[in-house]
Amino acid sequence: MANEHAAHADHVEPNYLAIMVLLTVLTILELLVPPLVSDKLTAGSLLVILAVVKALLVALYFMHLRFERTTLSVIALTPMAICVFLIIMLLPDLTSTTRTYTPAEPTAVSEPAGH
Amino acid sequence: MSEAVVDSHAPVQQPAESPVTPESWGKLGMWVFLAGDAMSFGGLLAGYGAMRASSPDWPNPLDSLGIQLTAFMTFLLIVSSFTMVKALSAAKHSDLPNFRKYLLLTIIGGAIFLGLQAYEWTHLTQVGMTMSGNPWGAPLFGTTFYILTGFHGCHVFGGVVYLTCVLFAGMNGKFLGKNSSPVEIVGLYWHFVDLVWILVFTFVYLL
Repeated sequence: MANEHAAHADHVEPNYLAIMVLLTVLTILELLVPPLVSDKLTAGSLLVILAVVKALLVALYFMHLRFERTTLSVIALTPMAICVFLIIMLLPDLTSTTRTYTPAEPTAVSEPAGH
Repeated sequence: MSEAVVDSHAPVQQPAESPVTPESWGKLGMWVFLAGDAMSFGGLLAGYGAMRASSPDWPNPLDSLGIQLTAFMTFLLIVSSFTMVKALSAAKHSDLPNFRKYLLLTIIGGAIFLGLQAYEWTHLTQVGMTMSGNPWGAPLFGTTFYILTGFHGCHVFGGVVYLTCVLFAGMNGKFLGKNSSPVEIVGLYWHFVDLVWILVFTFVYLL
């Protein structure tokens, strides 16, 4: 138990300045994506990848998740898994909403005449 | 008196399982809270995505929102996260002046962020973007923007108050050395707020 305490307190401190510089560089890269990449899908995927990398850097090094027990990472990853599930469940709804968007009005007008 | 001495030497009762965070239970508590908070933000972001995907006339955020200012705000939060880890590192090494200095810098970074957000919101409302409409297209653009950035801004405000409380409580060296756990816990919250802003910045401003 005492040894574990020491192991947690004495882990080699990551180079925080390097992480900060890396995060800034990645932010600048993100800003360059919309003007330079014209294809919507490519630009979108690049931005999402860059954002996920930045979020991982913050969680792993600033929040020390890399040096903690795996159980803590499982706790941190649970909401991410649930959010991915939520997005997958929302996807079929999105396509149907867009399809019924335009013809909604004429049916509403013609209905009282039929009765 | 003698009884107390005997007690302190008695074998400590071993818990049935070893704690996930041996340093303090508060740290585990903060992680569980952050997991719940991540689901709030995840729900809001997923809802934003759903509304955006089903609105054909969604405005291009790059044309309507000021990217330079928010890019600077992102940089500010990254730097304040850096000063936060430096404050924790100073607290662990019992370096009181640096602990105070870096924690104060973190608080100032958060306060400037809030000021810039207030400036941005004022500008956007003057241009005509409100919760119910905007000059560029789908009214939900304004609704989701204010809800998402507002919910995050509330977290930054809460973080600045929390950090200030920790600074005042630790002013005289209460959180140095082995007692630095409260600094680590406030740091976890602050980095989470930074992490969420990284995602909000990408999904609301850049995509």
